[in-house]
Amino acid sequence: MNDIQHAGVTSRFEISIEEKTHVGADGTLVPAIRDFVLEVKSESLTVLMGPSGCGKTTLLRIVAGLDDRFVGEVDVPPDARIGVMFQEPRLLPWRTVRQNIELVAAPDFGPKDLERLAHAVGIADMLPRYPQELSLGLARRVALARAFATKPDLLLLDEPFVSLDERTADRLRKLLLEVWQERPTTALLVTHNAREAIMLADQLVLLAPRPTHVIAVETIAIPQAKRDAATVDAIFADLLARYPANFSLV
Amino acid sequence: MSVTVVRQETMQGTRQWTRILRGPLVPILSVAGFLLVWFIAAEIAQSRLLPGPGAVLRYIYDESVHGDLLTELGITLWRVVASFVVAMLIGSVIGLVMGEMPALNRVLDPWLIVLLNLPALVIIILAYVWFGLNEWAAIGAVALNKIPNVIVTLREGARSLDPGLDEMARAYRLSPLSKLRNVTLPQLQPYFAAASRSGISLIWKIVLVVELLGRSNGVGFELHLNFQLFNVTAILGYTLAFVAVMLAIEYLLVQPLERYSTRWRNKPV
Repeated sequence: MNDIQHAGVTSRFEISIEEKTHVGADGTLVPAIRDFVLEVKSESLTVLMGPSGCGKTTLLRIVAGLDDRFVGEVDVPPDARIGVMFQEPRLLPWRTVRQNIELVAAPDFGPKDLERLAHAVGIADMLPRYPQELSLGLARRVALARAFATKPDLLLLDEPFVSLDERTADRLRKLLLEVWQERPTTALLVTHNAREAIMLADQLVLLAPRPTHVIAVETIAIPQAKRDAATVDAIFADLLARYPANFSLV
Repeated sequence: MSVTVVRQETMQGTRQWTRILRGPLVPILSVAGFLLVWFIAAEIAQSRLLPGPGAVLRYIYDESVHGDLLTELGITLWRVVASFVVAMLIGSVIGLVMGEMPALNRVLDPWLIVLLNLPALVIIILAYVWFGLNEWAAIGAVALNKIPNVIVTLREGARSLDPGLDEMARAYRLSPLSKLRNVTLPQLQPYFAAASRSGISLIWKIVLVVELLGRSNGVGFELHLNFQLFNVTAILGYTLAFVAVMLAIEYLLVQPLERYSTRWRNKPV
């Protein structure tokens, strides 16, 4: 389970979903995804941005292997290690923060790694506590640490900073970038927040409303660390001019 | 100003009272009150059919030291424990499977309702008739009386499992064993607690019936014997002794275990 063995796995991932349909409670068919094709570049942060309810979470669940009722192909090796950050922290309330992280951690993830990671995301004092004692912001940090503790080949983040106040969300975004840059991972993040997308993305994938498909893939070349408020504003203005339908709603 | 002072004093007084009411004093007084009523009733009745608490306690002491009381208690306790373990094991597995698989639930549900409504006595008699007057027929009959309750409780538990945590476990590729231990069983803990709570009291009552009908030892057999002799002192003595055992199990085993397994709850933020 060393890095050399996983070098092959960490290459690019291909997602192509011809059709994904939800069956409503009354039996009606709701098309969620249609003709979605995307190549996720390795060791880069790909952000999927689309309006609320366009099927982003459905897409991520399919990639995570939680939903196999769709027509198409997701080219993720079955032995690929996956780290997921859901919209809610989804920690086990009957396990301490430390146990929550260690439960899913990679085999070669030792106590020293845990200490460093906990320190990096600012939860070093919280390790012996139970999740119920934590605020939502702290619980999110734990969920982030847990996702990284798997030393993932593929990191999936489903609107990880939603329903936090803007300052906390901003701090967590910076944290995510710091931890991610220390160990670049193929990552797929889903959001409806344009600023968040611009701050984080290497590749910015714009999605159509449901049934969703890819409208455009924009590469943002400026390194994340150098994107200050003015840069983000400039990129935003540029994208707004070219994709008014996707950015004017925000 | 004076109004405020008065109110504070009243509040302090109330708080003191709450502290007293929450302490061990109240249950002790309550038990003492019961003994007193019993004592007075026995004094008034002056009858062999209603011995006072003193006579019963003396009987328990004498029978423990010189008689078979402890042995009989032990035998009954073994039957309670054996039936309890069998009922919990079988009932939990069936209940969880039924909760997880709606199709199977539809098939087994009528059976469950029949079993729930089958009188304990019928099950006991049939068990003795078909499998003979032996230990395993007795334990099996008791367990079979408890199994449907366990199934119903654990089926509810399986239905209440959090799909979010289930997805988490699947996304992180937890092994089935690890998922069971870390995700599923802790969620079912309250349902196990409810099933075992109601289980122990139900089981020990049914064990006595089983012993009365077909065993030649145990508390139930002794009660039957002393009923024929009209020895109420012995009947009350055996009852009281076994109730004491069950109380000890409740306070020394069940409650500490429950406190341990729910220690993550009720932690202030």
